[in-house]
Amino acid sequence: MAGSPVQVTGTVLTTRRVEAYHALTVVAPAVADRFRPGHFVTVGVGGPYTSMLTRRAFAIHDVKPDYGGTVEFVFRVRGPGTAWLADRRARDTLDLVGPLGRPFPLPRDPCTCVLVGGEYGSASLFVLADVLQRRGCRVDFVLGASSADRVFGALRARRMGETTTLTTEDGSLGMRGEVTDVLAGVIADARADVVYACGPMAMLRGVTAVCVEFGIPAQVSVEQSMACGVGICMTCVVPVIDEDGVTRMVRACTEGPVFLGERVRFDDVGTIPFDALGAPGGRHG
Amino acid sequence: MAVDLRSYLGHVELPNPVFTASGCGGTGRELAQFFDVTRIGAFTTRSITMAPRAGRPTPRMAETPSGMLSAVGLQGPGVEVFAQRELPWLAERGARTIVSIGGGSVAEYTALARRLADAPGVTAVEVNLSCPNVEDRGRVFARDGSAAAEVVASVRAATRYDVPVIAKLAPDVADVVSLARLCVDGGADALSMINMPLGMSVDVDTMRPSLAAGTGGLSGPAIRPLAVRCVWQVHAALPGVPIVGMGGVMTGRDALELVLAGACAVAVGTALFHDPFACQRILRELEELLQARGFDRLADAVGLAHRPAGAGPRNRIELEESSL
Repeated sequence: MAGSPVQVTGTVLTTRRVEAYHALTVVAPAVADRFRPGHFVTVGVGGPYTSMLTRRAFAIHDVKPDYGGTVEFVFRVRGPGTAWLADRRARDTLDLVGPLGRPFPLPRDPCTCVLVGGEYGSASLFVLADVLQRRGCRVDFVLGASSADRVFGALRARRMGETTTLTTEDGSLGMRGEVTDVLAGVIADARADVVYACGPMAMLRGVTAVCVEFGIPAQVSVEQSMACGVGICMTCVVPVIDEDGVTRMVRACTEGPVFLGERVRFDDVGTIPFDALGAPGGRHG
Repeated sequence: MAVDLRSYLGHVELPNPVFTASGCGGTGRELAQFFDVTRIGAFTTRSITMAPRAGRPTPRMAETPSGMLSAVGLQGPGVEVFAQRELPWLAERGARTIVSIGGGSVAEYTALARRLADAPGVTAVEVNLSCPNVEDRGRVFARDGSAAAEVVASVRAATRYDVPVIAKLAPDVADVVSLARLCVDGGADALSMINMPLGMSVDVDTMRPSLAAGTGGLSGPAIRPLAVRCVWQVHAALPGVPIVGMGGVMTGRDALELVLAGACAVAVGTALFHDPFACQRILRELEELLQARGFDRLADAVGLAHRPAGAGPRNRIELEESSL
C-alpha cells in the first residue's frame, strides 16, 4: 500500500556537508518506493542503548533509485541527537521510519507554482519541483535564510526554476531581507496559481499572509517538535481550522505536516485558542 | 516448548502479558500501520474524558536523559466520539481494549463508567487517578487515598460485573501501598503502576521552562526503578492482586524485571514512540528469556524475586498418589 510507513535499518551510503548543514543518504528501498514530495522520515539517534528516546524528524530531500532506493535528508546540528547523526559515516546503519505525513497536494492541470524555502526547509522542495515540472508546471523559487551559508540549494534552484530569488537577512546573498519581502513581486511577475512553502513557522505565517492577499492557495509544510512522528505521542499539535469551521488541535505528523496555509492559526501556535474544540472553559466543555 | 504466556486480570484471560500503556498508542489505528493490534495482550486507550479536550499548549514534550517529559493534557474527542468511532474500530478487529478514563470529579468518572457499561468491546476499565480533582482545589485523586477509593468504588459500581476495574497509581504519593490497599478495598480488581511522576526541565537558552505547562510527566527508562519499587512493595503487601507493571519498559529484560517484582502483565509506553514495533519485540524477548530460565508458564515467574535469598525458583510440586 502506497503511503503506509515502514521501519527499516538502512545503511548510510554517503554523508556530505552542504554549507551550514549535513546531508545523509541512506539505503532504504521500502521508504523510497512509497515516497511522495513532502513526506518525512524519523530517525532513531544514539545507537541501540541510547538515552535519547525521541525520534528526530527530517523532511526527505531526495530519493534516488541507486541500490534499490535511497533517501537523503538534510539537518543542522542543534543538540546531542543531531551531533550523533553528523558523526555517522558510510556503512553505518540507521533506524528509519517512513515515509510519514501527508505529502504536498499536486495540481491536476499545469499551472504556475512558486516554491518558497526558509533555511533548510528548501530541502523538500526540489523533488516537489521535479514532480511539478514533469506535470508541465512552471516553477519559480524563492529561498531565504539569515546568511548566505544557511541558504540551502541555491544552485539547484537556479538550475531548475524559471526564476530564482534569494534573500538573506544580512545581505550576504541575493536581496537583503526576508522571503516575504520579495514574495509578492515574484507571485505577480510569474502570475502564480499556487505557492508551496517549507520553513520556520514565522516565515510560513508571512507567506500565507501574502498568498491571502493574492487570493491564491499556500500549501505550507510546518515544523513542530515531535517525539514519535507516527501520531501517537500527541506532542506536535497545531491549531488548524477544519472544514466545518471548528478549530482543532491537530497533529503535524499525521494530519500534516502540509496544511493549507489559511487554515493554520499561526498567531495562536503555542497556545490553545479559546474557541478551539475542547479548549478549557470553552463552549464545548 | 513454548511458554504459556497467558495472563489474567481478575477472571479475564489475555493471550499474553504485553499491553500498550495508556496515552502511548493513539487510537490504535496509528499503530495498526505497523502491527496487528490484536496480537498484543491488550490495547489500552488514552484517558477518555466526558467532553472533548484540546489539551495543553505546545511545547508539550522535552527530552531528558533516558526519558521524556510530556504534558499533553488528556487531549481527546470526548467519550461520545470515542464510543462511536474509536472503540468500535478496535472491537471489530477483535482487539482486547482496556479503556482508560479520566475525570475531574467522582461524578465524572461515574458518568464515564456508566456510558461505557453498555458499549461493546470493553475488556477492562482503567481508572487514571492522576487527574486533578476540581472539587479539591485541583489536588490529584492519587494524592488523597479516600478520594481515590471513592472514585474506584463508584466506577466499580457503574461497570458491568464481568469487566474488571483497574486502578492506575502514580509513584509520587506518600505511601503507594496504603493507596493501593484503599483502591482494592474500594473494589479495584487489579492495579496498574506506575503513572508518570511529575518532573520539570528549564531550557537554559531561552531561560524558560521547556514545557508550556511548566511541569510534565516523566516517562521512559529513567523511571523504571520507581516502577519496580512500587510493584515490589504493592505485590509484597497484596500478593493476590493482579498488577500491570509499567514505567520505562524498553526490552524483554525490563519486562521480566517487573514480572519478577510482582507484575502479572507489563505495559509498554514511551518505547512505542521510539520503536513502533516495541510491543512484539518485547513479547518475543520476554518469551525467550522465560524459556532460557526454564519456565513453562509466565505465571510461575510472577513475583519470584520475593522468594527468600538462597531459595531456588518455585517448582510445581508433583504430589505422589498415596497408597492409602
